[in-house]
Amino acid sequence: MTNTILRALLSYWWRSPLQLFTFLMGLALATGLWSGVQAINSEARASYDAAAATLGEGQFDQLVPRVGDQISQSVYIDLRRAGWLVSPILDVTFKGVRFVGIDPLTTPTQMSFSSDSGFSLEDTDLIFGNAEVASVLEGFVEVNVDKSIPPGIAIADIGVVQRLFKRNDLSRLMVLPEQPIRRPDLVKIAPELVMQPSQQIADVAALTDSFHLNLTAFGFLSFAVGLFIVHSTIGLAFEQRRGMIRTLRSLGVPLSNLLSLIIVEMGLLVLVGAILGIVMGYTIAAMLLPDVAATVEGLYGARVSGTLSLRPEWWLSGIGLAFLGAGMALAVRIWQIMQMPLLSAVQPRAWAIASAKRIRGIAILGMILLGFSGLLALIGTGLGQAFALIGFLLIGSALVLPWLTIKLLDFAPGKGVVTSWFWADTRQQMPGLSLALIALLLAVSANIGVSTMVSSFRVTFVSFLDQRLAPELFVRVEEEKTASALEKYLLERELEVLPLLTVERPVVGQPAKLYGVRVGRTYRESWQFLGADPDVWDQVSKGEAVIVNEQLARRNNLWVSDEVDIAPGLNLPIAAVVGDYGNPQGQVVMGELLFRKLYPNAVATSFGIRTTDTVNLRKAIQADLEVPDSGIINQASIKSMSLEVFERTFAVTAALNILTLGVAGFAMLMSLLTLAGMRTPQLAPVWALGLTRTRLGVLELARALGLSLIVFICAVPLGLALAWALLNVVNVEAFGWQLPMFFFPADYAFLGGLAILATLIAAAWPAIQMVRKPPAALLKVFSNER
Amino acid sequence: MLLELKDITKSFSGVDGDVEVLRGVSLGLDAGETLALTGESGSGKSTILHISAGLEVPDGGSLHLEGVEINELSEAERANLRRSEVGIVFQQFNLIPSLTVEANIGFQASLAGRRDKTFESELVEELGLSDQLKQYPESLSGGQQQRVAIARALAVRPKLLLADEPTGNLDESTASAVLTAMLDLVGRTGAALMVVTHSAALAEKMDRRVRLKGGVLL
Repeated sequence: MTNTILRALLSYWWRSPLQLFTFLMGLALATGLWSGVQAINSEARASYDAAAATLGEGQFDQLVPRVGDQISQSVYIDLRRAGWLVSPILDVTFKGVRFVGIDPLTTPTQMSFSSDSGFSLEDTDLIFGNAEVASVLEGFVEVNVDKSIPPGIAIADIGVVQRLFKRNDLSRLMVLPEQPIRRPDLVKIAPELVMQPSQQIADVAALTDSFHLNLTAFGFLSFAVGLFIVHSTIGLAFEQRRGMIRTLRSLGVPLSNLLSLIIVEMGLLVLVGAILGIVMGYTIAAMLLPDVAATVEGLYGARVSGTLSLRPEWWLSGIGLAFLGAGMALAVRIWQIMQMPLLSAVQPRAWAIASAKRIRGIAILGMILLGFSGLLALIGTGLGQAFALIGFLLIGSALVLPWLTIKLLDFAPGKGVVTSWFWADTRQQMPGLSLALIALLLAVSANIGVSTMVSSFRVTFVSFLDQRLAPELFVRVEEEKTASALEKYLLERELEVLPLLTVERPVVGQPAKLYGVRVGRTYRESWQFLGADPDVWDQVSKGEAVIVNEQLARRNNLWVSDEVDIAPGLNLPIAAVVGDYGNPQGQVVMGELLFRKLYPNAVATSFGIRTTDTVNLRKAIQADLEVPDSGIINQASIKSMSLEVFERTFAVTAALNILTLGVAGFAMLMSLLTLAGMRTPQLAPVWALGLTRTRLGVLELARALGLSLIVFICAVPLGLALAWALLNVVNVEAFGWQLPMFFFPADYAFLGGLAILATLIAAAWPAIQMVRKPPAALLKVFSNER
Repeated sequence: MLLELKDITKSFSGVDGDVEVLRGVSLGLDAGETLALTGESGSGKSTILHISAGLEVPDGGSLHLEGVEINELSEAERANLRRSEVGIVFQQFNLIPSLTVEANIGFQASLAGRRDKTFESELVEELGLSDQLKQYPESLSGGQQQRVAIARALAVRPKLLLADEPTGNLDESTASAVLTAMLDLVGRTGAALMVVTHSAALAEKMDRRVRLKGGVLL
């Protein structure tokens, strides 16, 4: 009996390949985008974890210099002799690769390194890094490729790194967890060092959490859109099989057997769809990962491996979510079958026809959700509530859409019997089309919202570059001697020179860069502040106050006139907060004099120069000081490079945008196709009364055009509300900065055109089918009537 | 007695409250006997058929098939009895659209676990469906679909065959041919037949005729 029932159930799909394709593709698209994003996230997290495990960052307390970034080896020896169990580390960055020199004998066992190729640092002079690092360092040093090493890191014995870079100092000392009970105070042995507790050291995974949450939200949006397809396909499959189910039961199939086999059937199909989705997700992730790696590095300075692994956490979550989503749609249908009287009339009603009352009820629920969203916009705080706001906004709008569309159709223009029939028929089709229209609304509004956010960011970023890159020429030299000669040379020519003095040091427990600036005309005229005292630059140049960047201020709830610790025992008030959109870290800007006093060893090797004659000055510097051409760069080049980095940073968002719109277009196509298959009985009488098949086909296209226009009109305010939430709530939580919102009507019009075009393409196939439908097929409607 | 209905009552809820469709109907059918159930539309004919098949549960009265009280069976037990002992020819055919004619004919017998392909071939031959075996129901005419429904109901060799307007969709000559074939096959399988019909000609060919009016037998 089981085989017979299963064969009957599966025969439906065999006879309805389009439904099968829709079902599997809907699930595959939903699972694919979700698991693709999860694959990227899990790869990134694995990279962060590998970095933390290998380098011990965030795991152990560290001793760092109070001033500067160098520790003498003798201090280390003194500490060891005094009983302190510490392990030395030397960090050197070269060609974008961070060389980490460790001492294998004293390194904490929790982070002991052993190569996956069997080598150990204890008995070799080898340098280990992943394939990417090996290729960057090719020609400089031989790197043994080891895929367990985090990206962007070359790890070696500390002696090897010291020899390689002719160094004899250390960068930091890792404090082992187990320490002798009696050990002398740090102040007595090494007063120049300060203990930095592990929890205060940057946890890159925590920093990037919000970025990955953003990606997850996008993946979830795509999943939701894909599930609309699955939901409507399952709904249609059950409606179309309502008669079969009744027949099976009346021929003696027990309800329990029938339901069990339907669940098995659906389970098999969901599994196939989910596996297709995982394959799709892997492909998407592999394509997007390099851009994500660029984004994460650009925004947070974190390195992510460019190679994708098939990790169970993401593909299992994809399959799990596919079963959950399809299961929810299935549960509703199973419940309906259980409630369906055995002899209920099987009319060609259905799937499509829901009562106006139901649509109104759903709209009321939608309005309540929109109310919650508004409430959260007024009183909500934190990233979780920001996403809840967006969730309520999108879901609420989606639920209101069918009702709103029907109401808008009441105002549809036109007189005459055909026009009246056309609008009435469109209203009648709304329940069947509503899921596809909702999918389109979500995709278009997400596109408007995210593109407004990115474009606003772009406008702000360009203005930020104009402020920060005021000097016309930038020169970087390798040696301190050349640096001082260069500065003297430029000052003799009475040019305004802006040395770039910088050190890295934790501020308010987080990694930050401290800058020393030569306050002059350029800074006074170029820099714009988000909040400032009237005499900012006077205070800064006198060393009485500092300027901090927005992310440092917002993350630590600081603002103008609050104090910040910039050196042990030295707190200064904040004179201004400046927008800073090109860097993940907190920044503190102080006057040059104060900086040189605090960090006497820091030397500026980069300079900004104000000049009206960049061409000749460039030539002169090259000729007189033998500075290589690669060390001199003009303002325009830096700006274009920065913009390139920016564009790459948001390439992932753009790709996800397009994919989401594609899924919505697919949902539309499938809804229209399935509806077209059910509409013959409604169109046949109109055809019989004198409307040609061509005219009916054209009317189908006109309907799709009208509906997509309505959806687009609704999507614009929704998208802008989404952009507002992203710019004013999510961005502040996720990135630490708030951006002004700009409007881009031309972009929205283009997007609207795309959405309408996608809908027209989706409607074209069923319309052509209508035009080509043989009269016999239309006549059959009447011959089957009883 | 193969089928025995005693004091069967049945009501359905309507817009203006409950509508009493059957008011104490008692009826019996012996093995091999044929019975025509006639009456006006809404008189309760189809309801008696559905109750006899165990598709509908009466509000009152008793119903025995081969001595078994159907009303006391669970849903699964009624389904089991139906698939193995009862053949039903529905007014709307109720074929499975995604299965071929051949698969439709053998469907109930397969469910009951007693498919007999030789017997099915005989049915196909007698009902003139040999050329349609690989086709799907949608490509058949109403008459052909009706014959497939009859073949399916008989293929399980039921003890009781219930038919709701079996010739309602057919022209006069086809109706006559189908009816003759059906009665012949019923005679050969020894099944009892209860037919709901408006057709006086069809009713005439049955062993016995009963008429329903306002939910009671006249």
